[in-house]
Amino acid sequence: MSEHEVTLTINGEKVTRSVEARTLLVHFIREDLSLTGTHIGCDTTSCGACTVLICGKPIKSCTMFAVQADGAEIETIESLAAGGELHPLQEGFWEKHGLQCGYCTPGMIMSAKGFLAENPNPTEDEIRHGISGNLCRCTGYNKIVEAIQYAAEKLQAADAGGE
Amino acid sequence: MPQLDDRKEPHSELAEGVSARVPTTDEVQIKTPEKICGMGHRKKRKEDPRFIQGKGNYVDDVKLPGMLYMDIVRSPYAHAKINSIDASAALEMDGVLAVITGEDLKAAGDLHWMPTLMSDTQMVLPIDKVVYYAQEICAVIATSRYIAADAIEQVYVDYEPLDAVVDPFEAMKDKVIVRDDKEKKTNHIWHWEAGDKAATDAVFKDAATVVKEKLYIPRIHVSSIETCGMVANYNKARSHMQIYMTSQAPHAHRTVFALVSGLPEHKIQIISPDIGGGFGGKVPVYPGYVICAVASLVTGKPVKWIEDRSENLQADSFARDYHIEAEMAADKNGKITGLRVKTLSDCGAADAAANPSKFPAGLYSICTGSYDMKAAHVEVDGVYTTKPPGGVAYRCSFRVTEAVHMIERMADIMAHQLGEDPADYRLKNFIRPDQFPYKSPTGWEYDSGNYEAALKKAMDMIDYRTLREEQKQKRAKGELMGIGISSFTEVVGAGPSKDYDILGIKMFDSAEIRIHPTGKAMARFGTKSQGQGHETTYAQIIAEELGLPSDDIEVEEGDTDTAPYGLGTYASRSTPTAGAAAVMASRKIKAKAKKIAAHLLEVGEGDLEWNIDRFEVKGSPDQAKTIQEIAFAAYTNHPQGMEAGLEAVDYYDPPNLTFPFGSYICVVDIDKGTGEVAIRRFVAVDDCGHIINPLIVEGQIHGGLTMGLAPALYEEIVYDENGQNLTGTLADYLVPTAVESPKWELGKTITPSPHHPIGAKGVGESPTVGAPPAIANAVVDALWHLGVRHIDIPITPPKVWKLLRDNGVTD
Repeated sequence: MSEHEVTLTINGEKVTRSVEARTLLVHFIREDLSLTGTHIGCDTTSCGACTVLICGKPIKSCTMFAVQADGAEIETIESLAAGGELHPLQEGFWEKHGLQCGYCTPGMIMSAKGFLAENPNPTEDEIRHGISGNLCRCTGYNKIVEAIQYAAEKLQAADAGGE
Repeated sequence: MPQLDDRKEPHSELAEGVSARVPTTDEVQIKTPEKICGMGHRKKRKEDPRFIQGKGNYVDDVKLPGMLYMDIVRSPYAHAKINSIDASAALEMDGVLAVITGEDLKAAGDLHWMPTLMSDTQMVLPIDKVVYYAQEICAVIATSRYIAADAIEQVYVDYEPLDAVVDPFEAMKDKVIVRDDKEKKTNHIWHWEAGDKAATDAVFKDAATVVKEKLYIPRIHVSSIETCGMVANYNKARSHMQIYMTSQAPHAHRTVFALVSGLPEHKIQIISPDIGGGFGGKVPVYPGYVICAVASLVTGKPVKWIEDRSENLQADSFARDYHIEAEMAADKNGKITGLRVKTLSDCGAADAAANPSKFPAGLYSICTGSYDMKAAHVEVDGVYTTKPPGGVAYRCSFRVTEAVHMIERMADIMAHQLGEDPADYRLKNFIRPDQFPYKSPTGWEYDSGNYEAALKKAMDMIDYRTLREEQKQKRAKGELMGIGISSFTEVVGAGPSKDYDILGIKMFDSAEIRIHPTGKAMARFGTKSQGQGHETTYAQIIAEELGLPSDDIEVEEGDTDTAPYGLGTYASRSTPTAGAAAVMASRKIKAKAKKIAAHLLEVGEGDLEWNIDRFEVKGSPDQAKTIQEIAFAAYTNHPQGMEAGLEAVDYYDPPNLTFPFGSYICVVDIDKGTGEVAIRRFVAVDDCGHIINPLIVEGQIHGGLTMGLAPALYEEIVYDENGQNLTGTLADYLVPTAVESPKWELGKTITPSPHHPIGAKGVGESPTVGAPPAIANAVVDALWHLGVRHIDIPITPPKVWKLLRDNGVTD
């Protein structure tokens, strides 16, 4: 199996590692970089538990090879409260009880982050479609939607305050 | 020797619960201030900060030095003889350390078979025959996940295919014998009955109206987003086995491992870390767990096994798979008088259900539901087929979902048949509030209920009468709109030790509370949260009882070395059992605290009264000692002759089960062109007794409703005639997304349990139980005038479209 050198930026930190060509990005993140907040829930790109942001876009990291991420900027759940303060999405999920077992939560939050970057003022229906690539078995989604609405409002208010 | 009765004594003194027939309210009771945050507060969950930051610790996150990886070779046939297994090519691969076969397990002490939770047997690894598709054949142990996956492709198995038997009715004919290891060459496993057959037959003889229906409750899968897995870490020097495992019942699993493996139980530590959803799927012991533990024993190294999703969907325990024939009788006034039910339970290749031992069909005899009737009789037969063994609960208390679906469909069919409004018909037939505690015709004693209040509230919330008017107008225009009701009775909290055990272990549960000198506390439980929020809920219960702020209480579960023994979390049993144990342990602590307070205040115990977080001298509340002051004194200034410390353990044996209930109303619109069912509104009124945390209860109900929607409209595990699973990935097995899941509208009534010490009942599964018939009833209600009487779930667009076409609605 051929080995390749991969250099990428993850959560603001530049890393270089040698990986097998077939190493899935999610395994690279979880096992080579020990960032276990990104989870695995299926093998058919259906559940979204492995969602990370690559150059700002939500990507299911189980369906991408690590070598394909060479040169990319990756954000995982571990980046969100890096400054010690919770991101409005994390706050929203906590406030609104947007999680139960917590397994889908990192992927759900990263998916929502990518979605809100594209659509900062979404309707409820747009949120539901926006996260439809992420499965949650515990919550029934209502409180996840509320959590994302909470974050959208807070992010909008912060933007307005900044202008 | 302590007498049994002596040991029970503290319970009867401390269990000052809620007396019977407390009126139903809809106000959540709050007694403690915000800073203590006891029962009734909408407290944000204590466990969430780690999850929202990606700092949870699930089994696949466990990484130990020198850890090996296991992968499993699985059968491509549902039924086949194994002529040989050739693993030589796999063993020659770099990084492959071992291949474990059934022969190896046999040599290791007959570990190739294991008991199921129902005292049947199940293969861990086969020697000469496989009995279901995706059955474990052998396991490869390698230095990496990828090498293990490569190596399973290099194991060559010579199979000789045999006829599969997929249909349980065919299986009953015994043409193909699934379990030829058994002495009796038959697929029939057990026959079970409840109720009074003669009385029921008599009621049917006198009936004015009888309705009959065949219902199939299909095989489904819990499909928690985290699959199952284990890290087994055997330390030869210590003769100690440490196991990280996706377990809903770590103590019971430790005992099973000890019994199966022969390892002494004190040398086995099971740690169930954060669990990514369970829903019953993490109650059974699967072959993969046993092989993984053996692999660590053999190699002396830590071994990790994590299922793929396809393995999870194809081989892990299923739920449901009940084929039901039901008849309901009514008198000339339309009053329901009797119920007669015959059911065939497709068990797959082993009876590996997760039911209490004495209940092969679980609590299915709750099937008379919310209706008062003279007689009922229910029979169930279990049968083997060449499909994976089961069945687990799928967020339900032991077969209650099957029972509720049947009775709620039958009540609806009867109402329609008699031309009565389904809501009015239910109101007429409900068990009345003054009949509680109610003895059901199949032998249950329902603890409390007010079914009328819940249904009327749901009808008000959704404006039921106006909807019926709208339906009339729409029907006149040829539009298809339906309104469905489900007024369910749940039965949870197993259970009283006289009737409930799993493999002989009584179904009590436990709490241990230690209060530290500075007034902070550690509480440990025999249960194990998989997302239910125990760290918050249990802390609130203790806060309510002892006045310690719930943030000052650390709740820990899932480590068998530290937690008191308990039977685990499933069947909505945590609040009814371990929640009650938390109350009892708190009250034991409070009894000691009172003695310490009396000593500190130099008064008699009789002069003291409890007020939220302190003992006060009666009539002189300024003279008081807070729980924190008492805790400090328990270690620094306790009375002479008294043991130091402030802690207690309680093993709570519930006197009865609890019976949560609710009424759901669903409104659907059906697309005549495609047969697609759109849920326009869904109102759910739940009554789970006293509420500990309304935020968590709402979350449990939302999630349960979506897991009720799932089998009603989307999910089914399907096999072809050869027993091949056609729904083995999440691309084929349709778990609802945020788009399919409606905006649930919740209401509540509160009718406390009279026997639970804080009047709580359990809630996590009620909605999964109650929702499917509300949806199915709505669809049939929309189509009744066309002659449609029943549609089996999942009600998919092709099924509806075909019915519309057959009835001339759609071309």
